Amino acid sequence: MDKTIHLKVNGQDHDLTVPAQRLLVDCLRYDLGLTGTKESCSVGVCGACTVLVNGKIVASCISLAVAADGAEITTIEGLADDRRLHPLQQSFIDHGGFQCGICTPGQIMASKSLLDENPDPTEDEIKDWMMGNLCRCTGYYKILESIVNGIAEAKGSAQ
Amino acid sequence: MNTFEFHTPTTLDEAYRLLEAHGDDANIIAGGTGLVLFMKQRMVQPGHLVSLRSIPGLDSIRVEDGTAHIGAMCTMHQVETSPQLREVLPLLGETYRHVASVKIRNMATIGGGLSHGDPNQDPPPSLIALGASVVLSSGSGQRTVPLDEFFTDYFETDIHDGEIVTELEVPLPSPSSGGAFIKFLPRTADDYATVSAAAVVALEDGGRNCRDVRVALGSVATTPIRARKVEGAVRGRELTSSLIREASDLVQDEVDPLDDFRGSSGYKRQMAQVFARRALEAAVANISAVPA
Repeated sequence: MDKTIHLKVNGQDHDLTVPAQRLLVDCLRYDLGLTGTKESCSVGVCGACTVLVNGKIVASCISLAVAADGAEITTIEGLADDRRLHPLQQSFIDHGGFQCGICTPGQIMASKSLLDENPDPTEDEIKDWMMGNLCRCTGYYKILESIVNGIAEAKGSAQ
Repeated sequence: MNTFEFHTPTTLDEAYRLLEAHGDDANIIAGGTGLVLFMKQRMVQPGHLVSLRSIPGLDSIRVEDGTAHIGAMCTMHQVETSPQLREVLPLLGETYRHVASVKIRNMATIGGGLSHGDPNQDPPPSLIALGASVVLSSGSGQRTVPLDEFFTDYFETDIHDGEIVTELEVPLPSPSSGGAFIKFLPRTADDYATVSAAAVVALEDGGRNCRDVRVALGSVATTPIRARKVEGAVRGRELTSSLIREASDLVQDEVDPLDDFRGSSGYKRQMAQVFARRALEAAVANISAVPA
């Protein structure tokens, strides 16, 4: 059954009529064309579909779009400030934090939310937080390096 | 996934009416991490989902009269990071931080998790060891069920038709007590436990003997279990390492593990003994005020 919902995605308001069973990841990708968010495992484990809902990371592949009615959502497309990449995005490029790139939007959204909740994390806290984001290419060292440096950069530019 | 009607009642009374109107064709949805997965796999195909998300007041945390009252719609991450709960019930945060990953703990609620009735979940052993209860509310009133009586079978609980888990009540531990939760994770950090165990011990006032003790385990049967034989063997006695070792052996008679990809039944039975012992040892080590 269809339901009309309101979402604010990356600062833009949208009124959408979607079937009740529409998953948030499909709503973002197919209804709004925001294909930066990826779907991989489809069971809330791998982290590829991670987006921020009201400032908190969630697995959009097991979230119903209708349950997000009224929410503010940030996807990877919403991180850059005008044409300037977020320090975490730039750091993933500078430090080679990806190969195939499928997990990267989720990795960056998860690390962005860590930065929001804990602006000065230790390496162990980063590993603990990022445990729900899998990568099958890099072996994680480059990802950790990207996050450590991206967070340092974000702190520097905030001061 | 099948299609369904998504209801967003704004009061509990409205939710009760929807549950009554749609009976077996309705499912309650909280964070959805359990139910949506079941629906994607077509294990359940409800015609109506009754969301608790728009009902105000179900996500509060208050501590009064020696009990923590935690609203059923609190997310697991909220409970894990609550400074108020960390102060009085550190075992809660220590337990909830082990559940899956942050993105799941931001979605999953404590009431939803308990209603799901999965015997492999992390929170039930600690909550049983702490002596926690759930408040079940319906159009005809409220009742409180201790968690060691709440889980009735594999994914089955004592929730009656029309009832909603609205609150978790956790009594604050007495002084001179300690608790621990240990999760055996041989595969990946976000996995369910192969075996998990929690223990809470309290010493007699000014003494060294065990006044009260609760030990509970997860992933060792069709429900989380309370290890009453182990408790009986240490209650009233001094918690020496040899007594703990002896008592932990008794857990093997109390568990009935399922064979699965996390281990054979026999292996889990042996690990139940090891982890019951470690949980008791860690609980004793965590006692804050041991008399000299």
